[in-house]
Amino acid sequence: MNFFLEVLIGGLLSGVMYALVALGFVMIYKASGVFNFAQGAMVYLAALSVVGCMEKGAPLWLAIILAFVVMTLFGIATEKYVLRKLVNQPPIALFMATIGLAFFIEGLAPMIFGSEPRALDLGIVDEPIPWVLDNWNMVISKFDLVASGVGAILVATLALFFQYTRVGRALRAVADDHQAALSIGIPLQNIWAIVWGVAGFVALVAGMMWGARNGVQFALTFTALKALPVLILGGFTSVPGAIVGGLIIGASEKLAEIYIPPVMQDLFGGNFGGIEGWFPYVLALLFLLVRPEGLFGEKHIDRV
Amino acid sequence: MLYREAGQFKTTYAADQQLFPIRQDRIGVITLLLVAFIGVPLFASEYWFSAILIPFLIFSLAALGLNILTGYAGQLSLGSAAFMAVGAYAAYNFQLRIEGIPLIVSFICGGLTAAGVGILFGLPSLRIKGFYLAVATLAAQFFIVWCLTKFPWLSNNSSSGVISTQKLIIFGHELTTPTEKYLLVLSIVVFLALAAKNMVRSTTGRAWMAVRDMDVAASVIGIRLMPTKLLAFAVSSFYCGVAGALYAFCYLGSVEPDGFSLEMSFKILFMIIIGGVGSIMGSFLGAAFILLLPVFLDIALPFLAGLFGLPFSSATVSHIQITVFGALIMFFLIVEPHGLARLWQIAKEKLRLWPFPH
Repeated sequence: MNFFLEVLIGGLLSGVMYALVALGFVMIYKASGVFNFAQGAMVYLAALSVVGCMEKGAPLWLAIILAFVVMTLFGIATEKYVLRKLVNQPPIALFMATIGLAFFIEGLAPMIFGSEPRALDLGIVDEPIPWVLDNWNMVISKFDLVASGVGAILVATLALFFQYTRVGRALRAVADDHQAALSIGIPLQNIWAIVWGVAGFVALVAGMMWGARNGVQFALTFTALKALPVLILGGFTSVPGAIVGGLIIGASEKLAEIYIPPVMQDLFGGNFGGIEGWFPYVLALLFLLVRPEGLFGEKHIDRV
Repeated sequence: MLYREAGQFKTTYAADQQLFPIRQDRIGVITLLLVAFIGVPLFASEYWFSAILIPFLIFSLAALGLNILTGYAGQLSLGSAAFMAVGAYAAYNFQLRIEGIPLIVSFICGGLTAAGVGILFGLPSLRIKGFYLAVATLAAQFFIVWCLTKFPWLSNNSSSGVISTQKLIIFGHELTTPTEKYLLVLSIVVFLALAAKNMVRSTTGRAWMAVRDMDVAASVIGIRLMPTKLLAFAVSSFYCGVAGALYAFCYLGSVEPDGFSLEMSFKILFMIIIGGVGSIMGSFLGAAFILLLPVFLDIALPFLAGLFGLPFSSATVSHIQITVFGALIMFFLIVEPHGLARLWQIAKEKLRLWPFPH
């Protein structure tokens, strides 16, 4: 039972890490209707900029500010040179453009900051909390707890921002219908610049958390792939959905990885590890068959 | 003047309905086929066959498959490489398990197996659309590759799922040289491309396009969504499956599941974006472009670096390659969303008026 709980809690905490990345997707989708496949690449770029600036001798706080500037500029440039020119194109075209964007960043970022894997030290150690280990005999990482704290704060801020600020309302209007928003005088370009700035910020937070945990390396771009099932489970437009989805995916994938392979081994023989790679997708897929809009997604009514 | 359809009267239904109604097109296609079947084998070197022409044809076929699904039926898929894997492994297993099965039959069976798997993963498309579906197809990508690695039966108990394909024997004759393999691949690709060209202008193809443009409206006018969408998945996966079988048998000879990666799926997607979404010819143009670009960059970049006296490493080349790919995708989507095929169309319109500009 203890072991089960340990796996479950570890999974939930890693789910928060997925949710951090998924939030970046939700942000952009909610505010501009673009499914930004480049979010993973942005996470990579953000983490690389922090590490790159620190290598040039900047202290951590300055590196973070510089990275934020990099991400914002990058977001504004994306808006100006790519998205603005694709207004009124079908969403699929915008989606494919962000795949191109992802490749663009994945090639460019290592050219600027170097591609060798590096460690990012935030001053939080990734080791078990002694008190929990002594009393309950469970390994729960301090780092994971901090990460979930950061995630919680981020979600709360974003949710309030979307719900109660003027800009947040404008963002939702733009997401609903570009043209309608334009025609009632919402400055589309400013709004998109803001969205991409905020998405850059979310990527920065996620990049630092993931980078501190796994090192800053190319594999960070794959965090996006981890976040996608979270996204479809939670619904593309829901900030709380990203969190709940993240928790479900994190927990279920860890549990599946521990408990399914032995069963399959009994049935077929051989080694069946690595279920983690596809389990979240299949889970999300099966879930979609029941509720096509995800857990918290908006129900979409088609009109001719 | 060069490309004028005036004066070409159609007096029978057959003439009106033929695949290439304009005489210049017919001449062009026939010339192209003659060059491909006779001219190229006479003059191209072995390197060209095995490193450029064969992969070009195979990826064109895969792109064709994806184009049917994405370009014509409007269902975005990120799992085309996985269906290629299914085709490759199925063809291998048919050859292995059934005594004396002809090679072509095993390719077809490989394609049919891929079609079956494609239908399975296409089922969610009845409920979910757009991005949700695109992400859901990733499930196919990861799940299929995992299955091929973990079930040893599928790869005849080889370690880590690597298969070495059987000899290519057709009518008792063994194909060994790149030229013979090229001709085999070419024949299959030409046949399937013409079939696709026919299919997309048939009732089925028109139904696909209606579903692509707006599926609710399509169902209102009486198109049954379920068979239409599933057929698109089946045909698309069949094409990808045959491409995968050819990839394993005629190109590499030995493949592993991890070779059919997400990256390859993206590459195929890029081919149809650059070549032209919803165009048979675009699949070929896009495949040529995406495959030749790295070759070009490999030659051009060190040369340019030498010109400016910059230090240069192979890692930089690959980074620049990825960057250029990304930039090109965005460039094409912004400047020419219909891809290279559209440029060809524009050229034809100009030729129609030539030498007068208006």
